[in-house]
Amino acid sequence: MEIYELTVHELLEKLDKKEITKEEILASYQNRINEKEKDVQAFVTITEQEAKEEIKQKANNPSKLAGIPIGIKDNICTKGVKTTCASKMLENFVAPYDATVMEKINEAGMVSFGKLNMDEFAMGGSTEHSYFKKTKNPWNLNKVPGGSSGGSAAAVAAGMVPWALGSDTGGSIRQPASFCGIVGLKPTYGLVSRFGLVAFASSLDQIGTLTKDVKDSALLLNVIAGHDEKDSTSADREKEDYTKALKNDVKGLKIGVPKEYFGDGINTEVKEAIEKVIEKYRQLGATVEECSLDVADYALATYYIIACAEASSNLGRFDGIRYGYRTKNYENLKDIYRNSRSEGFGAEVKRRIILGTYVLSSGYYDAYYKKAQQVRTLVKNEYAKNFAKYDVILTPTASNVAFDIGSKINDPLEMYLADLCTVPVNIAGLPGISVPCGLNSEGMPIGFQLIGKPFAESTILNAAYTYEQNTDFRKNKPEFKN
Amino acid sequence: MQVSKEEILHIAKLANLNLKEEEVDTYMGHLEEILNFANIVNKAPIDGLEETIGVNEAYNVFRKDEIIESLNRDELLQNAPEAQEGMFKIPKVIN
Repeated sequence: MEIYELTVHELLEKLDKKEITKEEILASYQNRINEKEKDVQAFVTITEQEAKEEIKQKANNPSKLAGIPIGIKDNICTKGVKTTCASKMLENFVAPYDATVMEKINEAGMVSFGKLNMDEFAMGGSTEHSYFKKTKNPWNLNKVPGGSSGGSAAAVAAGMVPWALGSDTGGSIRQPASFCGIVGLKPTYGLVSRFGLVAFASSLDQIGTLTKDVKDSALLLNVIAGHDEKDSTSADREKEDYTKALKNDVKGLKIGVPKEYFGDGINTEVKEAIEKVIEKYRQLGATVEECSLDVADYALATYYIIACAEASSNLGRFDGIRYGYRTKNYENLKDIYRNSRSEGFGAEVKRRIILGTYVLSSGYYDAYYKKAQQVRTLVKNEYAKNFAKYDVILTPTASNVAFDIGSKINDPLEMYLADLCTVPVNIAGLPGISVPCGLNSEGMPIGFQLIGKPFAESTILNAAYTYEQNTDFRKNKPEFKN
Repeated sequence: MQVSKEEILHIAKLANLNLKEEEVDTYMGHLEEILNFANIVNKAPIDGLEETIGVNEAYNVFRKDEIIESLNRDELLQNAPEAQEGMFKIPKVIN
């Protein structure tokens, strides 16, 4: 087994036994990037040379994670390294400070290998909306890796970094994890500080992890979780060790499976795979029951209203004055605003700003935005009702496997509909994890999602871990088919 | 849900975006299609429900009133397209 194929907890064991060195880990990943990046195109900025220097500087860091590489989604601010959000607007933006999660990553002695591609400003589900490049799915290079954290998912699946950080506003960690056959965790809203994450929809955004297996998710969550004064929505809670939750035992666990997520919109092979997951959980001693979460369609519509409304406000700051792209074509201040924004934003970002401005504009506010905020209460209540009976809720992560590059780019609504299973989780602020559960007939990965009560990361991590340890799907490796 | 050309141009103006002639038609079509779908929120059983603006309980978060070091001005200005004498520079707005 090559070093780049190992999980981080396996790397740590081997380091501990002195079977490998940090230099060998670095070299293995560097070689892998040299070999695979030209096919996969996961990085916007590669900093492996800087990483080499950093590893020397951090040689005496006592943290057990010192010297472990990581990849960072390009909407998380990294001091001294470009943070582009995959947008022309921020093509040359160098953040003057680190995001709180980056401070934590640095304190733990990890070394960033670079910034990973994404849909522009995290708006999209395929990473095709990047201004710079289209990232390919390592399982089949003609397919999308999912999005918006597509670069993060593809880099981990291809073994170019052992793990990565992403962000999830409506499924942007879980869906690409599912498309690329890895584990993606979106924590409870407020568990991880958003300070230094470029805002898309502030009431929905959350930073999380993309890893090869569940134990690595727990390890990385241990590093990034925690209260932060700089994020007023961050939760002030006692620190937990999530690795301690991994018991490989789900006896007595009560799982609800909402029937609404097995309708016409879900691909047959995905349904079959999820049915096998249910069967597995039963064998392992969990109770699985059909339940109802009758808000699926409302939730999706609500998501696009709220997310776009918040985006139209958040992206108002890009005006060509303080940072970001400035047009060359202007005579007065108004020209700077309008022309910089019109030239700096891509088509999908403009589409969402227009939709967001529309639903917030006088005359439509009550019909859309206000209603959406009420539906949000409805969605929260529906989950609460189910969580009175069940410990976790199980659904597919995505309605289908990864699609062909270019196949949905001209149909925004169809792209939005693909987020059916993931967006309600953000609306209710709950934790969700996507776990690989097989391949379809074309050899593309399928994932299932476990949703937990607020701050019940331990419960979903243990449920995910138990499934993973009793199946072999994590051993499937991408083949870079052409 | 019908969106008129005037409406889309008004919205673009509010959002400080210019739309080219061909973009107007594309965005109009997409906006109509998405709004038709989003209209489903008007059928949701939400009578009497409060609005939820965020998932955590609404409360004021205070921090100590202490002097702390702020970010360095010169570093912040390095991202500005134009700066002069420690300030952002814009075209003249008053005649």
